[in-house]
Amino acid sequence: MSDTGWISNVLTAARPQAVAALLRYFRDLDTAEEAYQEACLRALKAWPSNGPPRDAASWLIMVGKNSAIDHVRRQRRLQPLPPDELISDLSDAEAELADRVDEADYRDDILRLLFVCCHPELPATQQIALALRIVSGLSVRQIANAFLVSEAAMEQRITRAKARIAAGQVPFEVPGPIERSERLGVVAAMVYLVFNEGYTTNVAEKGVRAPLCEEAIRLSRLLLRLFPTEPEIMALTALLLLQHARADARFDADGMVVLLEEQDRSRWNRKLIAEGLALVEKALRHHRPGPYQVQAAIAALHARAPRFADTDWNEIELLYGTLERMQPSPVVTLNRAVAVSMSRGPEAALTMIEPLAQKLNGYFYFHGARGAFLKKLGRAEEARVAFDRAIALANTPAEADHIRRQIDRLSAGSEPQSATMSGARP
Amino acid sequence: MQYAILCYHDEKVTCAWSKEQDDAVMARLGGVMDKLSRQGKLGPVARLLPTTAATTLRKDREQPIVIDGPFAETKEQLLGFYIVDCQSLDEVLDIARELGAANPGGAYEIRPVGVFIPGKTAA
Repeated sequence: MSDTGWISNVLTAARPQAVAALLRYFRDLDTAEEAYQEACLRALKAWPSNGPPRDAASWLIMVGKNSAIDHVRRQRRLQPLPPDELISDLSDAEAELADRVDEADYRDDILRLLFVCCHPELPATQQIALALRIVSGLSVRQIANAFLVSEAAMEQRITRAKARIAAGQVPFEVPGPIERSERLGVVAAMVYLVFNEGYTTNVAEKGVRAPLCEEAIRLSRLLLRLFPTEPEIMALTALLLLQHARADARFDADGMVVLLEEQDRSRWNRKLIAEGLALVEKALRHHRPGPYQVQAAIAALHARAPRFADTDWNEIELLYGTLERMQPSPVVTLNRAVAVSMSRGPEAALTMIEPLAQKLNGYFYFHGARGAFLKKLGRAEEARVAFDRAIALANTPAEADHIRRQIDRLSAGSEPQSATMSGARP
Repeated sequence: MQYAILCYHDEKVTCAWSKEQDDAVMARLGGVMDKLSRQGKLGPVARLLPTTAATTLRKDREQPIVIDGPFAETKEQLLGFYIVDCQSLDEVLDIARELGAANPGGAYEIRPVGVFIPGKTAA
């Protein structure tokens, strides 16, 4: 780590809390961000010689606030008075406290900052981009790289998204318990989107999107520190940790996707798994089940199996059944069918998915899984038709390549256990 | 005399380390620990999982209560610790309750151990 490396680490860690407090204060996203930037510049000047303050976030909030107020005052001499709400709460005594302020005191601030990014009129990709820019503090270039678009295009997207937010109503009042829990649900879904955006990758992009997964984990941990007793937030964090633990094993030396059943489990990150399992256990003790807990419990069963053959498919089938009742969807049923193919055999699985054919006809995983079931049953010709359909629908070259390998095995006549196209995500 | 060296840092910072940064820190610490180990001065070393994985048992009332999250009271001081090997969090909590019955008051913070090096002192 370079000499100033520690400063940038501290600044990054303090960012959500600082920007969130400044947003409450100035009630304007751009002003809050500028104030934070200004505070960071001063930190880079002051901290190397003075050492870091005891509470970096409080320092940044205070300095950011003062510098922005200076700025507003200077502007005021040149321009007519700014609207009152821009400089409201100037005498907010709480923020003057330089003592360590418990993060929980900023809970609603940080939740608001995240919630603002989840504006319902913004498409999912814009919500993600905005959260990465504003909350995580990634540069526009980093975000553009992760989304595989030009920097200019991403800049424009973020500017548009911010304008939308500025035009809308940002809820500044302290939320009641029901509103708070609704906001938490919306924000949790956004964090999961950030993770999936990083997880859904293919050969050409290998590694490029991994920072998105890491940011999602960081955001999820942030939520968990703010809401330490919410089992669904424990489970969301666990789910992300358990899935991310497999990151290194998901690609082979040539950058090709390696499916769960073929992964070298010694390359799974045991530290992340240990943390994920501890969180799943904590969450389940609450006996307040929810969809993230069910998904995390499924991920935990995979993480606990020393070998693919040791996987507890009966339990996974039951858990998918539970998820189906909580969030009925043909995709969940398809996942349950994959578990069924392992626990009760491909015949039962095939029967289960036939009714889904119409709804999932345009879905890559449906045809991939169907092909795998047919192949296991020795119905090679039908399998080939299903696989061809899957290739036509593949979202990435890696997906198509995987199916082609299945077809090659059909021709070779070998029959390895292979039916996990969709259930256990590779 | 044996001493315990307790490690404090801002978790928001350490959890944000990249894997490379984390590995580099652990490698540097490993160098120091190797030396201490050769000198017979290194006892058990534990790296705890983040406080988000913590559970707290408050034992200052008739029926101890289990709280999610780390122990946060600053008016009480760290007096010691146990390392126990258990199959589940429930089992740890049972042990903590039993210890709490023997010594009521205060709280136990229960933190999963991420890295454990048994070590061996010369004494």
